[in-house]
Amino acid sequence: MAGGAGRCAARADGTGIQMAGGRPTGSAIEMEGAMRTLPSSGRPSGTGRLSRGPLFGRNYGLSPGSRLLPPRCQENADPQKVAFLLHKQWTLYSVSPLYKFSSADLKDYARMLGVFIAAEKQKGLAVDMNGELGVRVAMSGLPELRSSEQDPAAVLVQLSLRSSVSPKNSEEKLIWSGWFCCVAGDDLLEDLPENFTCLPLFLVNGAESYTAIVGSWFQKTFDCCFRRLAISPLNLTWMAAMWTGCKVENNKAAMELLFSVPHLPQPLNISYAIHPEDAKALWDTVQKTPGEITQEEVDVFMECLYSHFHRHFKIHLSATKLVEVSTGIASAHCDGIIKFLQSQYLIGVLMLLTELAISQIQ
Amino acid sequence: MAVLRPFDKLPELNSAAILLVGAEGGPQQQLAEAMLREKKDFNINIHLSSSLPLPSERDHLRPRIDLIAFVIDIKSKYSLKNVQASLAYVDVRFFLGKVCFLVTGVGRVNSCSVEMNAIWKLGEDYCSPVLFCELELEGIRVATAQRLLRMLQICAGRVPGVSALYFSLLMRNSAGD
Repeated sequence: MAGGAGRCAARADGTGIQMAGGRPTGSAIEMEGAMRTLPSSGRPSGTGRLSRGPLFGRNYGLSPGSRLLPPRCQENADPQKVAFLLHKQWTLYSVSPLYKFSSADLKDYARMLGVFIAAEKQKGLAVDMNGELGVRVAMSGLPELRSSEQDPAAVLVQLSLRSSVSPKNSEEKLIWSGWFCCVAGDDLLEDLPENFTCLPLFLVNGAESYTAIVGSWFQKTFDCCFRRLAISPLNLTWMAAMWTGCKVENNKAAMELLFSVPHLPQPLNISYAIHPEDAKALWDTVQKTPGEITQEEVDVFMECLYSHFHRHFKIHLSATKLVEVSTGIASAHCDGIIKFLQSQYLIGVLMLLTELAISQIQ
Repeated sequence: MAVLRPFDKLPELNSAAILLVGAEGGPQQQLAEAMLREKKDFNINIHLSSSLPLPSERDHLRPRIDLIAFVIDIKSKYSLKNVQASLAYVDVRFFLGKVCFLVTGVGRVNSCSVEMNAIWKLGEDYCSPVLFCELELEGIRVATAQRLLRMLQICAGRVPGVSALYFSLLMRNSAGD
């Protein structure tokens, strides 16, 4: 292999994929020590879903025994409204609950934030790109991004630059956007005290300097705490499995997994691309329980992919670190960067990300 | 003989032997050095292996193994599979306190590739204690070395009145007890 950051793409046609593991038992693994009361039969009703037992102190390295399949919404989601969220790289943060945040006062908040940003710029702390004046702040609600009425409505914050060149033209360039959302988080935060709004997931697209300013304003005003949300390789395998199972028409995008090999003097990344039809066929043979996915099924699925790779290349992918997962639905990077590609499954992906954000807060 | 047996050989005078089994590239070497640096009043032999079974050619030169520590790196699923495959080559009488699982890499939550349930299940299935540590940190490595050394002393029978069977107290109680 050549020196430097070698990148070998492995094409697995998948026509000869055999199941290396045995049949999955098909029963959800019981989580011991579960603090939340959930029916032990493993099939929660309605929107309740996960049994999370904080063994070992926190939800540390724990993934739930099973998760519900992401729902595919066709009815209410207006694809135009959320189209601007697609095909962009969003950086993920987890946010602790906001104190005394009211979605009716968004205009006031936008005004205050605008004043704050202007003040920061005068202090010289902000990166003043192009020396143009006026950053305009717009805050709006996104009521479509929720799974039920109990979820708080998502809040979108957009910073746009007013161009001083043509003031009459009033064309504004969007320079930064961030949005808070909470999808299906109510079950896990049912004992939230009064005056607190829970919007645990924050997605950012734009310059880091503005992120810092907006973040510090929110932290000062609503007494919350922002933390980068990283995605562990374990959760990435869940995403790979869940998203492979989603049915997408005309899906041309291959399922791609990116691995980083540790303990080497020079960094080496391995990229493993699988034809989406083959990946879906494999997942369909593995996934047995209707409507939910168990840890065992995810393990068997990944094990099949790894052993197929090993048979051809004699490399144990399970000894490497899974760094990025890309499917036709979305792509996720372990540093906490996500890209949505399909509006149908947006809610499903947000549900999973909300769950990760909440587990980081707790 | 492929299977490792606990009482096939005679013990040596004033010494004990520990076997560290873990995938290559792991922190076993540093842990072994940390153990050698500790103050102790008996000789210890530390054997490192990447998997079991041990090669049979040198079997007659090996001392009796008093404690086997299986090292699992939470960042690598391969290490867990390696340990699970190696467990088949250990005689059942070893699991009366002479086996422990060392789980390293717990300092980095965001790099974890192994789910905790699998590890707890492993500890329960094999009735052996599971020790969590972060062997990349110097302080924890020294503490783990001391802990293992103490366990080794007990397993070798050098502490009067305490036997390896007491290690079941180190195991986590299953929910429902």
